[in-house]
Amino acid sequence: MSAVKTRNMSTITDIVRPYASMFRIQFIGQLQYRAAAWAGIVTQFFFGFVFVMMYSAFYGGEAGAVGVPSLQTIISYQWLKQAFLMMVVLWSQDADLLNQIVGGHVAYSLCRPVDLYSLWAARLLANRAARCALRFAPVLILAFVLPAPYGMIPPPNVESGLLFIVSLLLGALVAVGMSMFLYVLTFVTLSSVGPRLFIGAIADFATGMIIPIPLMPDWLQRALAMTPFPHIADLPFRIYSGDIAGAAAGAAIGVQVFWVITLGITGWLAFRVVLRRTVVQGG
Amino acid sequence: MIYFKYIRMQLRSLAQYRSTFWFMIMGQSLTCALGFASMTMMFDRFHTVAGWTYAEAALCYAAVFMAFSIAECVARGFDSFSRLIVSGDFDRLLLRPRALTLQVLGSSFELTRLGRLIVGGTILQFAARNLGVAWTADKVVVLIMMILSGVVIFFGVFMLGAAMCFVTVEGLEIVNVFTDGGREIASYPLPIYGKTALRFFTFIIPYGCFNYLPLLYLVGRADGHAALYALSPLIGMLFVIPCAFVWKAGVRRYLSTGN
Repeated sequence: MSAVKTRNMSTITDIVRPYASMFRIQFIGQLQYRAAAWAGIVTQFFFGFVFVMMYSAFYGGEAGAVGVPSLQTIISYQWLKQAFLMMVVLWSQDADLLNQIVGGHVAYSLCRPVDLYSLWAARLLANRAARCALRFAPVLILAFVLPAPYGMIPPPNVESGLLFIVSLLLGALVAVGMSMFLYVLTFVTLSSVGPRLFIGAIADFATGMIIPIPLMPDWLQRALAMTPFPHIADLPFRIYSGDIAGAAAGAAIGVQVFWVITLGITGWLAFRVVLRRTVVQGG
Repeated sequence: MIYFKYIRMQLRSLAQYRSTFWFMIMGQSLTCALGFASMTMMFDRFHTVAGWTYAEAALCYAAVFMAFSIAECVARGFDSFSRLIVSGDFDRLLLRPRALTLQVLGSSFELTRLGRLIVGGTILQFAARNLGVAWTADKVVVLIMMILSGVVIFFGVFMLGAAMCFVTVEGLEIVNVFTDGGREIASYPLPIYGKTALRFFTFIIPYGCFNYLPLLYLVGRADGHAALYALSPLIGMLFVIPCAFVWKAGVRRYLSTGN
């Protein structure tokens, strides 16, 4: 009985191992780009400051704005965005994978006894995690030491802080799930520069990267709530500031899980369909 | 002229990838339009920003996007200069008996940026109509000068960024702070970012010269030296002169990366 159990356990680890290795290799590889990370930190900090000044100017005007979160909430939102941008942006892509598809090298990966979807998803997740790991701490520290109106404040309680971390990780999974469709698209069209720009523009807006979603008109917020977009970055950032808390936060995280699973299954099926149609020319 | 031959060459190669071209144009237009939609949403919630109206901000946005897209279209060779250095192709340019700047400019011509220009132009029209300004001839001239001045200033910043590549080889993301960041900043009237930013972007990198200084003149808020505000776009253009010197100095000190 117990022997059977151990064998089952070891098969599970065997199944997971190649994807975990891919994650580790890619994560360590990405950690090497430190100079790029420093430049990124400076840029993120600069842009963060520009937007914080802009929002302060808007809020400093007449008190006519109703139904918007407090300035402090928006400022924390903005700094979180700058710190975790690499974790949640949709336009980040892996040029290597795109070249594999266009150049035909994907044929080698297909010969291996691994699931291509899972392998690439692990790799994309590692990219996000590593780039973010190199950048988030300095930006957050700077954001916390900034003087009162422009700086960031801690979450209202420990619960919000913990839920934020859970929700941010799930958000990264939603982002990976969505960006996998870019590779599906590349399998179909082979050239992906044009569509990528187009999709990137919409995604940037819809994830709240241009202006925070709470500042958008109500009808648009309601429409976006039905898509996965706000469940990438907007939700974790609002959980952080306590804007969404308690049972509402739990329910929202449940919706995130729903999107992770839905996107994962549909993406995996889409990969199967396009891979069956893929023709590798010559070699 | 050889520059036009370069451009014809670039356009021909572009014509080979037509669907990509149209997707790029659409993507660029969409970025610009969504940026403006975001600005509209902000004003929808807050009505004014630090005493500036929606139409005034829209004019800034339109002017900076038009200027930036023209500058990027023409001077993309400078904007993506690190490519020439890293690949060693810059050495080839140096060997040719033609003007170097011309060759760098000719190395890339981004017609797709015109998507932004079209959207920017539409926004400009909208802003000009809603600004409540009587468009006399002098004001129209100032408006045109704003855009031209913006093109020249962005051109200068691209040159500075390219000159830095002589030292660093790799393109620096920091330069984006002044190009994309400058565009972002100048799409609102500069004073909303506070005094320090205002001074820096007026006297060091003169984005203010095509942004809020002439805007003050247009809306009749220029107190005192109205002529000075009207002429500020011209003064701003002088910025390109030191940039050209830095570029020249960089070229003189250039050592190839090898090939």
